[in-house]
Amino acid sequence: MSAFRLFATRAFCGVPVKSVRPSVNLVTNDEQLCLQSRFTAVTRLFSSRPHNSKVPQVATWEPVPQDQLPTPPQISADLVDKLERLALVDFRTKQGLACLEKAIQFADQLHVVDTSGVEPMDSVLEDRTLYLRDDTVTEGDCAEELLRLSKNTVEEYFVAPPGKKKTEYISFETKVLIIMTVHYSDDE
Amino acid sequence: MLSLTLKQVSLALREGRISPTELCRKCLNRIKKTQHLNAFLSVTEDLALKQAQEAEARLLQGTPKGPLDGIPFAVKDNFCTKNVKTTCASRMLRDYTPPYNATVVQKLLDHGAVLVGKTNMDEFAMGSGSTDGAFGPVRNPWSYAAPYREHAGAAPDSDWVIAGGSSGGSAAAVASFTSYLALGSDTGGSTRNPGALCGVVALKPTYGLLSRHGLIPLVNSMDVPGIMTRSVSDAAIVLGILQGLDIRDSTTVPAPSPLTELPEDFDVKNMCIGIPKEYHAPGLSEETLAQWSHVADMFERAGARVELVSLPHTQYSIVCYRVLCHAEVASNMARFDGLEYGHRSQVDSSTEAMYASTRHEGFADVVRGRILSGNYFLLKQNYQHYIVKAQKVRRLIANDFKHVFSSGVDVLLTPTTLTDAARYYDFTQEDNQTRSAQEDVFTQPVNMAGLPAVSVPTALSRRGLPIGLQLIGPALQDKKLLSVAQWIEQRVGFRSISEYGESSESKQLYDENYKCNLEKVRNGLKVFS
Repeated sequence: MSAFRLFATRAFCGVPVKSVRPSVNLVTNDEQLCLQSRFTAVTRLFSSRPHNSKVPQVATWEPVPQDQLPTPPQISADLVDKLERLALVDFRTKQGLACLEKAIQFADQLHVVDTSGVEPMDSVLEDRTLYLRDDTVTEGDCAEELLRLSKNTVEEYFVAPPGKKKTEYISFETKVLIIMTVHYSDDE
Repeated sequence: MLSLTLKQVSLALREGRISPTELCRKCLNRIKKTQHLNAFLSVTEDLALKQAQEAEARLLQGTPKGPLDGIPFAVKDNFCTKNVKTTCASRMLRDYTPPYNATVVQKLLDHGAVLVGKTNMDEFAMGSGSTDGAFGPVRNPWSYAAPYREHAGAAPDSDWVIAGGSSGGSAAAVASFTSYLALGSDTGGSTRNPGALCGVVALKPTYGLLSRHGLIPLVNSMDVPGIMTRSVSDAAIVLGILQGLDIRDSTTVPAPSPLTELPEDFDVKNMCIGIPKEYHAPGLSEETLAQWSHVADMFERAGARVELVSLPHTQYSIVCYRVLCHAEVASNMARFDGLEYGHRSQVDSSTEAMYASTRHEGFADVVRGRILSGNYFLLKQNYQHYIVKAQKVRRLIANDFKHVFSSGVDVLLTPTTLTDAARYYDFTQEDNQTRSAQEDVFTQPVNMAGLPAVSVPTALSRRGLPIGLQLIGPALQDKKLLSVAQWIEQRVGFRSISEYGESSESKQLYDENYKCNLEKVRNGLKVFS
């Protein structure tokens, strides 16, 4: 945030734009360009050209000030446990926590925006009828090819280490279900 | 020959001034010479030469497949390529070789284009500098060109500038003449940002116009394949070939019309060019502002109506983007568990332990951080507060654009980035989150609304680095957008690196190549496959 603020201050000073460029940049090489426009380009870049009145000269907004944001929530040890189980990654370091807190605080800027009466949007294609093909098998028969990508298989099965309760072989078809259970059961 | 545009080299191939195999060899040699840029993660030398020979046979028989036949191209390493490693610049997929091609890759191959390699990026496309990949940062080719070297003095191994991101490798490849076109991906600006910083044309098409099948997803509702070329008309040629329905991606939409060539003498008279006032954001550099103003003047002098307009929710777009992005990342990254493909940890005390340690070893901090905060926003008690709130703000942002375009504005003219490219050293002083918030400020609102946008290089800064401007158009008006972009291109006369000459520190570059290779070997990447 502080870097942003610094920039903003600088931009707000409204420094007039001057053009000092090395001459190599000014000579255009496009054979199709007529001499006239080439000449114009050169003179325009050399003169301290007036700023186009439509383009704003200074930044038109500033980052949301800290005091408008809610106080960042405490991430409890329980929540850390839960997130680690859901995400299947460990982050119990000071740096990991700081990173999460920073992300939450950044996201909290959303609450400055008034969205009353606004429908959520999850796809830009919401108004279009999307193409659906017939529900028939058109390809497949590539189990071997796919199994070859795995580090550990037996016959037509992906091999997983023992689960927490019992040793298990997971078949290609049921694996998805099991994984879903592993990922989402904690959040219900 | 290497610095020609796609259109020019296509003509040269057809007129027999060069053969596809010669051209392919030239590009492969150029890749070797520019290894210090770290733009490529794998180089598909054998495959490329084989494809070039096939193209050569077709050209000799007088039956070329179209304008791309025999043209070398590069692909960002998050598009699946059959039998060619696809790593997403992540340890998680370091050894992953997909059994299929992404639709956009397949279409280019079907048109005879020659794949020379896969390009470097930020891990899983999460970043805006191409500095956060598992295989080292990409260096901006302009770091070694005369205009910057004259300004910066002689220390290219310490003061090189970033390529932008996350498709930095693709932008560097096009700018340094190793390929005539490159695919990037654009979720929040990942094609346009490096396009602007490396001085190439970078198109983010309308959402759904290009298939996402085979593009490893970051944010499904915003991802689009991006096109990088050396000229606007090249981008139009590639768009014409890639656009349209794909039965493998139900979010594709039919192309509004087959894209024919752009008109050479497009008239901007009576067009309305909108200047969104919120795009003068805190931190915009004087020089970028001057370019913005200069091009607005050009439009006015040519008889276009230039109007100040407002997109009032712009400031909150990056916040909204962040929440939605992290939530979709949390969901998309759940597939990487070590079982079916990708990295698998040696830990095997239990399935849960294997998952967690696979993901710890496979993902870097940036990715893990986004997964965590995404899961936090998705918690039952937070869902309304963050996700639904962000989706509401998303609608406000999309509506802002809708209002402006329905009020008679044809295209919007804005900067692409706040400043020219930062030095690597300076860029990495801030963390990834802070950087992304700054760098994507002008680019991600377009992704929220699904609109087409293109970045066009307009000039060099005082530091000798490219500055780009962005044009934004209404959905599915990609062709009109490119016509206006070409109008600008014809008038600003931006010159490519080849016309300035590289600085003469070749010895130093070879040393850097050597260092780079060592680094790659250490990271377990094959230097030249």
